[in-house]
Amino acid sequence: MSEKHLPLWEVFIRSRSGLAHKHCGSVHAADAEMALQAARDVYTRRGEGNSIWVVPSSAIVASDPTDKDELFEPAMSKVYRHPTFYEVPDDVGHM
Amino acid sequence: MATTTISFAETPLLNLVLRRADDALILGHHLSEWCGHAPMVEEDIALANIALDLIGQSRSLYDYAAQVEGSGLTEDHFAYRREQHQYRNCLLVEQPNGDFAATIVRQVLFSTFMDLYWREMMSSRDSTLAAIAAKAEKETAYHIRHSAEWLIRLGDGTDESHARAQAALDELWAFTGELFEVDAVERSLIDAGIAPDAGALRDRWHERIAPILREATLNIPSAPFMQSGGRSGRHGEHLGYILADLQYLQRAHPEAVW
Repeated sequence: MSEKHLPLWEVFIRSRSGLAHKHCGSVHAADAEMALQAARDVYTRRGEGNSIWVVPSSAIVASDPTDKDELFEPAMSKVYRHPTFYEVPDDVGHM
Repeated sequence: MATTTISFAETPLLNLVLRRADDALILGHHLSEWCGHAPMVEEDIALANIALDLIGQSRSLYDYAAQVEGSGLTEDHFAYRREQHQYRNCLLVEQPNGDFAATIVRQVLFSTFMDLYWREMMSSRDSTLAAIAAKAEKETAYHIRHSAEWLIRLGDGTDESHARAQAALDELWAFTGELFEVDAVERSLIDAGIAPDAGALRDRWHERIAPILREATLNIPSAPFMQSGGRSGRHGEHLGYILADLQYLQRAHPEAVW
């Protein structure tokens, strides 16, 4: 299947209102409408969602895996950035 | 030797329910034949989804047929234990899958009709039929969306896809007249407010189909002669092969259950 005629699209599904769309996979399709349908048919057959986004894979800008040390390593040693030193009252629920 | 074919009295209501059920079963089965063979995996799943919608519709309808008949027959008896001449599906749905264009054209022609039909049936005085129609209409609306978008892309695509789509349309158009036929059986149910008047849907169907074909750059064929006969059990050769496939298990092992 040639990428020229059937480009790749990344699929994001929102499982419930109020939640964020989450990446769940990709589909090949000729254009946006067909990508949306393919995403519906492939990824929402079991009631997984109530909203779909499709984005051309070529529009995604990704970090370079070889940069991971400089991008992510510095955060590892800064445990104080996690808000674990606070008592969260039960009534607050999820933060 | 005892036959495994069921016998039953075909009242007008039962006949109506079997017409709708057989349409859904036969087309659903045809679409399921694409499973593992579609042009791409996304479409493989899409066609299987439509097939499952249709087989689900047929199950609800056969189940209702069994209730209407009332002698203890089940949905399986109606689906698998009748002879070819007892099937009430229209000829359009038994036409072979052909190439992908033929499958898509068949779907567009059928689903655009059925969507109008189900919408009308949602206000049937028969509450079971109204409920089945309400569920089926949503499914059918998506079947149109999917197949019509494909048809537009095939018709307005390459020279080859256009030629194949036009050839399929020319071939299948002659089977569309039967969709709007109303015989005495159906007339009595229309008058009783149970069945929609299929004949009255013809103009709305044309209004629905014309813009799709226009956008697909396809020409509406002139078909002076329309094929018909399915509703009264006069089927083409294709249905026999489908039934042989479908019925093998229930004929070899009557009353087998999952």
